[in-house]
Amino acid sequence: MKYLLLKHYRSDHEAAPGGIAPMDTWTPEEIDAHIAFMGKVAADLKERGEFVAAEAVSPEGTFVRYDGEGRPPVTDGPFAETKDLIAGWMVIDVETQERAHEAAAYLSSAPGPGGRPINEWIEVRPFLGYPPGFAE
Amino acid sequence: MSELLRDLGPQVLGVLVRRGADFAAAEDAVQEALLEAVRRWPEEMPDSPLAWLIRVAGNKLVDQQRAEISRRRREQRLHREPEPGPTEQADDTLLLLSRCCHPSLSPASAVALTLRAVGGLTTAQVARAFLVPEPTMGQRISRAKRTIAGERFDRPGDVRAVLRVLYLIFNEGFTGEVDLAEEAIRLTRQLAAATDDPEVEGLLALMLLHHARRAARRTPAGEVVPLAEQDRSRWDTAMVAEGVAVLQAALARDRLGEYQAQAAIAALHDDATSTEETDWVQVVEWYDELARLSDSPVVALNRAVAVGEADGPHAGLRALEGTPADLPRRDAVAAYLHEKAGDHATAARLYAAAARSADNQPERHHLTRQAARLRQR
Repeated sequence: MKYLLLKHYRSDHEAAPGGIAPMDTWTPEEIDAHIAFMGKVAADLKERGEFVAAEAVSPEGTFVRYDGEGRPPVTDGPFAETKDLIAGWMVIDVETQERAHEAAAYLSSAPGPGGRPINEWIEVRPFLGYPPGFAE
Repeated sequence: MSELLRDLGPQVLGVLVRRGADFAAAEDAVQEALLEAVRRWPEEMPDSPLAWLIRVAGNKLVDQQRAEISRRRREQRLHREPEPGPTEQADDTLLLLSRCCHPSLSPASAVALTLRAVGGLTTAQVARAFLVPEPTMGQRISRAKRTIAGERFDRPGDVRAVLRVLYLIFNEGFTGEVDLAEEAIRLTRQLAAATDDPEVEGLLALMLLHHARRAARRTPAGEVVPLAEQDRSRWDTAMVAEGVAVLQAALARDRLGEYQAQAAIAALHDDATSTEETDWVQVVEWYDELARLSDSPVVALNRAVAVGEADGPHAGLRALEGTPADLPRRDAVAAYLHEKAGDHATAARLYAAAARSADNQPERHHLTRQAARLRQR
């Protein structure tokens, strides 16, 4: 089963009232440790044969929609004040939902200030797959 | 054998195209001939692999043309035979490159087509190098071939367009199974050998002088190491020497261009044992030269860094004043100059802003870390 893991950064995080401090206020060593951990998560998932893809995305984007034939698209945003930013995504291919949750929790244990886990929410969304090939 | 085929493929394509064949058809014929070589050579290696491939690809082309002609006849259309062959002197490398870098192609299409048709890479390899699925890359290449279909391929086109595409390939940055920077150097070398243009040599020198620093440019974890902090003992001195020699030969011809000027700046950096030892006054002079050749805000931005080193950070900040506020990396340059001027609070704020607008992960991390370092003090 493939799962999309969405890495959220929420400023109303209950584990850190007032939100987690922005990364540029951490110490350089804390930043290095965080980045090294992220690399390790991907490496571990590759090693287990579960990694499919991962990308970081810019925290700011634009909302876009169709506005009729021959008209330019309508755009809105960026919404800088939003409480929920998606920082990146990862796709994994695992045997069970339990394993998907375990991997997501591991990702969420990335260290932050003081080396403590930042406990960020990871949204786990199963892919809607294809019907089985022999489903008579 | 795959190395051999990679070298021979583009040569065969060059011959067919020079004989007046349609580019897309010739490319397909070469691919088929290469596949046949993979099947048959392990059993019996031909005496002249190149002649074998030209013959087989030529046959495939004739087969294709026959099929095409009969199809067109069926459609009751007239088929116009290709006009007599083009001049033999026209060089195949420039001919092929200038068609793959045709101005009607988007940069991404030109890059893909160049790597496949002249670089001799497979579609799968090009796809992996740009991290897109193989069918997507196959489609991009097919569309590119269709865009330039009908163009005659007997006269080389604009060498400037070719240099831009080679520069893009060099700058792509991704290193995986195919090293795009080395691929770009290989192609530029071929072009330099086939043309008589000091700007081609200028670009080759620029690539060599940058590539020589590669081992020092990233930490093992992939983090960015700025020029000032690089371990210069890890620079490739042989490559620097080659780059300098190529550049000097180009400059001696007294037809200065942008790539030669950029290479001259790179050579001044490569020549210094540290940032302090760098001849910043000369670097600024070359930036002035470059600004005369191209009115680019990026040049003005880099010039401000050099002015900051040559005449002090306040002079650098003044040089920065004329550049557009939304120019990528402007905040990072301003942060660097403010830090040198002793204003750590402003520098930290600007580094954090630069991190937010960075368009790649290693640069974002590097700039975030710079802000964090200053806020620790």
